[in-house]
Amino acid sequence: MACRHDTEVFLPEVEKVAEGEVLVDSASQAASNTFLPVYERVEGFYLLNEGNMGSNKSTLDYYDFSAGQYIRNIYGNANPHVPKELGDVGNDLAIYGGRLYAVINCSNKIEVMNSQTAERIGQVDIPNCRYIRFSGRYAYVTSYTGPVVISDEYKQRGYVARIDTATLQVVDTCVVGFQPDGLEIADGKIYVANSGGYRLGNYEHTLSVVDLQSFRELRRIPVSPNLHHVRLDNHGQLWVSSRGDYFAVPAKLYCIAVSTEEVTDSVDVAVSDFWLDGDSLYFYGTAWSYVSMDDEITYGIINVKTHQIVSRGFITDGTVIKKPYGIAVNPLTKDIYLTDAKNYVNPGTLYCFDPAGKKKWSVRTGDIPAHIAFRGIPKKNNRYH
Amino acid sequence: MAFTVICAGSLAATAQTVVDSTAIKLDDVVVWGSTNRKEIVPAQRLIGAELEALSSSSVGDAIRYFSGVQLKDYGGVGGLKTVDVRSMGTNHMGVFYDGIQLGNAQNGQVDLSKFSLDNVESISLYNGQKSDILQSAKDYAAAGVIYIRTRRPQFAEGKNYNVRASLKAGSFGVINPSFLWEQKWSARLNSSFNTEYLTATGKYKFRYRRVLSDGSTAWDTTAIRQNGDMEAFRLEGGLFGRLNDGVWNAKVYYYTSNKGIPGAIVNNVWKTSQRQWDHNFFAQGQMKKSWGRYELMLNGKFAWDYLHYLSPDTTSLYINNVFRQTEAYISVANHYSLCDQWDVAVTADYQFNALNADLANFVYPKRHTFLWAAASTFEWGRFKAMGNVIGTHAFDVTDVHRAQCVGKLTPALFLSFQPVSAITLRAYYKQSFRQPTFNDLYYTDIGNISLEPEFATQYNVGATYQKRFGQSWHFEGKVDAYFNKVDNKIVAIPKGSGQYRWMMMNIGKVKILGVDVSAGTEWNLLKDWTLNLTLNYTYQRARDYTDPTDNDPASGTWGGQIAYIPWHSGSVVGNLRYKRWMLNYSFIYVGERYHNSANIRQNHEEPWYTHDVKVGWNIQSLSLSLEINNLLNQQYDVVLNYPMPGRNWKCIVKYGF
Repeated sequence: MACRHDTEVFLPEVEKVAEGEVLVDSASQAASNTFLPVYERVEGFYLLNEGNMGSNKSTLDYYDFSAGQYIRNIYGNANPHVPKELGDVGNDLAIYGGRLYAVINCSNKIEVMNSQTAERIGQVDIPNCRYIRFSGRYAYVTSYTGPVVISDEYKQRGYVARIDTATLQVVDTCVVGFQPDGLEIADGKIYVANSGGYRLGNYEHTLSVVDLQSFRELRRIPVSPNLHHVRLDNHGQLWVSSRGDYFAVPAKLYCIAVSTEEVTDSVDVAVSDFWLDGDSLYFYGTAWSYVSMDDEITYGIINVKTHQIVSRGFITDGTVIKKPYGIAVNPLTKDIYLTDAKNYVNPGTLYCFDPAGKKKWSVRTGDIPAHIAFRGIPKKNNRYH
Repeated sequence: MAFTVICAGSLAATAQTVVDSTAIKLDDVVVWGSTNRKEIVPAQRLIGAELEALSSSSVGDAIRYFSGVQLKDYGGVGGLKTVDVRSMGTNHMGVFYDGIQLGNAQNGQVDLSKFSLDNVESISLYNGQKSDILQSAKDYAAAGVIYIRTRRPQFAEGKNYNVRASLKAGSFGVINPSFLWEQKWSARLNSSFNTEYLTATGKYKFRYRRVLSDGSTAWDTTAIRQNGDMEAFRLEGGLFGRLNDGVWNAKVYYYTSNKGIPGAIVNNVWKTSQRQWDHNFFAQGQMKKSWGRYELMLNGKFAWDYLHYLSPDTTSLYINNVFRQTEAYISVANHYSLCDQWDVAVTADYQFNALNADLANFVYPKRHTFLWAAASTFEWGRFKAMGNVIGTHAFDVTDVHRAQCVGKLTPALFLSFQPVSAITLRAYYKQSFRQPTFNDLYYTDIGNISLEPEFATQYNVGATYQKRFGQSWHFEGKVDAYFNKVDNKIVAIPKGSGQYRWMMMNIGKVKILGVDVSAGTEWNLLKDWTLNLTLNYTYQRARDYTDPTDNDPASGTWGGQIAYIPWHSGSVVGNLRYKRWMLNYSFIYVGERYHNSANIRQNHEEPWYTHDVKVGWNIQSLSLSLEINNLLNQQYDVVLNYPMPGRNWKCIVKYGF
């Protein structure tokens, strides 16, 4: 039996997981004509743990390549005076212009931090915010909380918010479909994946096209039910994942040409999330099987030029991941990072695999490890910086 | 609460509130217990004046004083309170209201915050089961049982009515009037009518604070709990009759509430807007009669429950759902005394449940449950034994599924031996299970129709020491050690991809090793002075054996203490009475615990403990009391991010004639 003590702000927990390495791309030519970020040097990456809803346990971890150290839970130490820490359910993470942006869904805010120190700069209040992308001086964030449609069946449209990164103010909003999730910016337009995720059995199935200049919705591209992620490759193609309707229509990956704004192809894999690196699209999928009463997990790599699956299963050493939940590929070493969210309430695990699919290391994370953002020095001419 | 029936009799003598004074006569207990034999497994009880002296407004508050019990409490006036006994999970407990089980086929949980103590005469907790041979099959079926018994009319000599009005008011904007009228119509028929109204703003200050490693404040924030407002109304009426060699009673109960659901306090969210409306109605009756060595008991009940949940928050998923449940229940229990030492009983129950909801793709489940129990007790000198076997046969019918049949036999054996008059030794073994609830099976999208029942196995050994020293001092001490196993535990696991989709699965496994200790004493110190003291202590090691692959000794869940179960917990209650005055002090301690079976620093929860004090004064017709709860204003959570109230007060006026 013991007395109650004051609870201390968490000090980060440091674990040495690998030999330190310096990740520098010695090739001198500037990255041109590429939409994906290309780095001169990669220092590390941040990992955002979502934390289960209501737990307020979204936390930020950092991996430092030069020290080979994984540092768990850095936000509280960097910002010891922020009440109730980072917040509830982190949903997206990105670095832009020397700042780290964490979209914290159930805390209804975007946390803006210094990308070197994770010290808080400010926050942008956007209710039920989902995903973030950048263009010029603005950040664009999807949100589920647009205008309510008065009808028998309660309906609420979503929107994209335009945030001035200098003032951290929402300067404009553009109404799109129901429950918009991922978004991508290409060729002066924002492509927004509408999910309709709150409308079981009546999902959205379109990609909204929003003009960046006028910030108004131009048209909808019909794709498939319950769209989730949308990302642009280096060949002017958008890769869009559909969750399917969980009944008749299976989850699938679609390819849309930006030039024609039409679906040009689809790949018959259930994609939960994917990561683009050069011409490779690394994906994993978890699909519930009512036969085995378990998740059926698939991993693979798609060549975005040929649209062919070039690898089925990039884990080659038999490592079993219970609930893959986040993926990233090291832009220089091509190591693959996969997170395991397990049962959503227990602490997760981050795995690092070498390009041959052998496990290099693994480390305990926070709850529901999900979103990874690399920190480094990008090459000039890269659209991302 | 450690006192047995015998001790309760002596307590009654000190209880002076006029209407309540006769409530706990020993003979009354005997009339309603079917045998006057001592129990093989003793109950933990709170009776009459003892219950009234505690600072508790609901059954949920009072139950915290029992050993082996953990209350999951979301805080505030209307916050959900569910009880977990010996870490087997709330769905394994049967909660009985005036002899018949309170059901909730939808989620299997009985919210004990809904049951006011205003008209409650006793609360008893039995581990395993009540060792009364004449009882329904449902009494036998649960892993443990809580009996809530409302006041039964008792009339002073020459009086044929009792009227009592009371008003409670205090913190959180609580105003809580109640009225009781009891009438004696004849020597064979009494009636009782009781009603209560409660309104509260539910507002209270709470504070969260973190420090730096040097002890200085990192952040410190105080806010007001919002959306905890509540309005509730209760109406209860009962008839109590006597037969030749028998008794009967019938009652109707209606409860309605309209309340806000305060929600978790997380970064940037200090207020929520979810609401809930409830209507609960039931009518039930019980008849007990004996013919020589044969005794018969009939129970019947009809219940109707309505729940409307609204989440109008424009920042999250809009939810507006209505659930309606219907339950019908009948039980026939037969007891025959073969000889003075040997009794046998056979019991048969039937229950019907239906759930109606306006969810998309809902399947409208209906469940038929047949239960039977065969039991026998044997007494040979200082040795007593009770054995029983329970058969459960249940099948569900839904709009789309064929009948799901469950048939199970579960045995139990209880033994006690009294080597010397002051000491009783006991041991029991019991198997029980809980059915998957309608939500587990059929809730749109997350339900899993192939779920199996969840099993609990209990092994218990214990001893009681009880002695009276002269006229003025009585002592009772109890200790029990137990090992419980929960298999096929129904837990939610994530399913597929996408937006937090879950599936209920039979994958959990928990092993519990525990010790419950309680001691109670009563001193008649000087003339007019009486002191009661009770202590309870519980040790529990409840370990999660669900996932053998998650076995990192530093951070894995394998072998970790399960969520929210402290290793150490306990309570102390002291009660001092002098003539018209009463002073009660109670202390509750819940030790360190984790909110997840990964017992790592991030999941650690500090211990919490509260001191409550109550002062009472009464004359023949009037009683006044004042209570101050959480005297030291401790700021704590029972459930992560659900702040509990700090110091709060209540005053109570009761007038009866």
